[in-house]
Amino acid sequence: MVDDELYREIILEHYHHPRYKGALPDANLTAEGMNPLCGDELTLYLKTDGDRIVEARFDGRGCSISQASASMLTEAVRGLTLHEAKGLQERVKAMLTGAPHEPFDEDDDLSALEGVKNYPVRIKCALLAWTTLGEILGQQEE
Amino acid sequence: MNLLQIEPTYDVEAIRADFPILQRRVKGYPLVYLDNAATSQKPQQVIETLVHYYENTNANVHRGLHTLAEEATEAYETARAKVARFIGAEPESLVFTRNTTEAINLVAYAWGLANLKAGDVIVLSEMEHHSNIVPWQLVARITGARLHYVPFTPEGELDMEAFEEALRQEPKLVAITHASNVLGTINPVEQITSKAHAVGAKVLIDGAQAVPHRPVNVAQIGCDFYAFSGHKMLAPTGIGALYARRELLEEMPPFMGGGEMIRRVTHEYSTWADIPIKFEAGTPNIADGIAFGTAVDYLQQVGMESILQHDQQLVAETLRLLEAEEDIVIYGPRDPASRCGLVSFNFKHVHPHDVAQILDAHGIAIRSGHHCCQLIMRRLDVTATARVSFYLYNTIEEVHAFWKALDDVRKVFGKYGGR
Repeated sequence: MVDDELYREIILEHYHHPRYKGALPDANLTAEGMNPLCGDELTLYLKTDGDRIVEARFDGRGCSISQASASMLTEAVRGLTLHEAKGLQERVKAMLTGAPHEPFDEDDDLSALEGVKNYPVRIKCALLAWTTLGEILGQQEE
Repeated sequence: MNLLQIEPTYDVEAIRADFPILQRRVKGYPLVYLDNAATSQKPQQVIETLVHYYENTNANVHRGLHTLAEEATEAYETARAKVARFIGAEPESLVFTRNTTEAINLVAYAWGLANLKAGDVIVLSEMEHHSNIVPWQLVARITGARLHYVPFTPEGELDMEAFEEALRQEPKLVAITHASNVLGTINPVEQITSKAHAVGAKVLIDGAQAVPHRPVNVAQIGCDFYAFSGHKMLAPTGIGALYARRELLEEMPPFMGGGEMIRRVTHEYSTWADIPIKFEAGTPNIADGIAFGTAVDYLQQVGMESILQHDQQLVAETLRLLEAEEDIVIYGPRDPASRCGLVSFNFKHVHPHDVAQILDAHGIAIRSGHHCCQLIMRRLDVTATARVSFYLYNTIEEVHAFWKALDDVRKVFGKYGGR
């Protein structure tokens, strides 16, 4: 009856217990994202050591999908280089928009987001954190 | 919770039979359409008007001399007269537009650019839809006029003390909504108009949520401009209307230039057609305009007083059920009599998108989001709300189906305060 494909247990778990939520005062890279359709807001904070992301946090308000997706992001990008983070960002984006991509392992939390692609209105929710990450990484490239 | 039964003010089942879309099933359930503040469904009569027009009468209006042109013009102008009468206006005072937004833009550009100058004050309220904010921001940027927003009280009523305070600045224009599409508040538009007129301000009322749901008489309100949309009141999308006092329409320069709206065109300059055609440049939306007339006929047959009562019964039951839930917050006035046919609410622990998604799995269509009212959201300190909005074909059983489906939200997201 309820959309099990969308509301996967792992998504709800991240929503109820977001991994790294709250401002990161000593972040050196931040960006704000907004979904104009629903007014959801998100700030992403990264702290890097050289080229490597050593801490990632997010803050903001949004639906379960946007919040869970942001939580997964903060967990997934820790320890990655900015270049690796860009690769991950593109892979998740491809998964959410139904484009060809290297699939995530089933035991990778990010794989739970794949179901979102069947709910066109919600894709933007799941993308919000990743688009915001893309903005940070884009600024770094310039 | 006991579920209230009501004695409907008219035969709702007979009405429902006129709306083909209500036969639809969504996700295996009968459609429960509770998003009427966004757009209403259309009765067979309106759909048939469109088909009949294109199969029998289609021609351009106000030009050709042939039979079809004459019939199309006659049908279009008859519809204008019906829509005008519906709100207590003369046909010459009613300009067909695409929707409320275009009607407000027409006033902003045609009246605003000619009458506003640097330092002039425009009074708006914080419960306005973006369509009654953004056009004024654009025109203020061009003219140097200043916007002043009247807040609403914690109960969701327009703050009348703050309004009177705002009038001390002697604004040139007061532009305020008749009924809020988020809070449901009905504003005292007659009082607002007479107070604004006393300081010499013109008054525009955004009637998008009012005209579909209650008797409206612009002469009685006394306002200068009144804007509304057809698609929220059984007519097709793409047709709306602006009422303006005759003298104002005559004084105002045109909004858009082109065919139809002219009298004489020379190399350098042109003169304008009579009102209201002066404001309808190009081939108008003939078919939808004619169907707007059919929609108005339909509403009049049921009776606007009856529709108002019906809306209020559904709102009263919704408020009663939601007020008893400790995990739900309701926005706007608590008295059903001071509301239009909608209720905005939030779960304390679940985002409205998730609520709407779960209800959709039951075939129940509700709206979630900022409803084009980000100023209200900021004041309520939320990013979005859920909203149910009713119309003449909704039933008390649908209210109950909606209320029962809310339990599924708790099943997926856990109970408030513990999971």
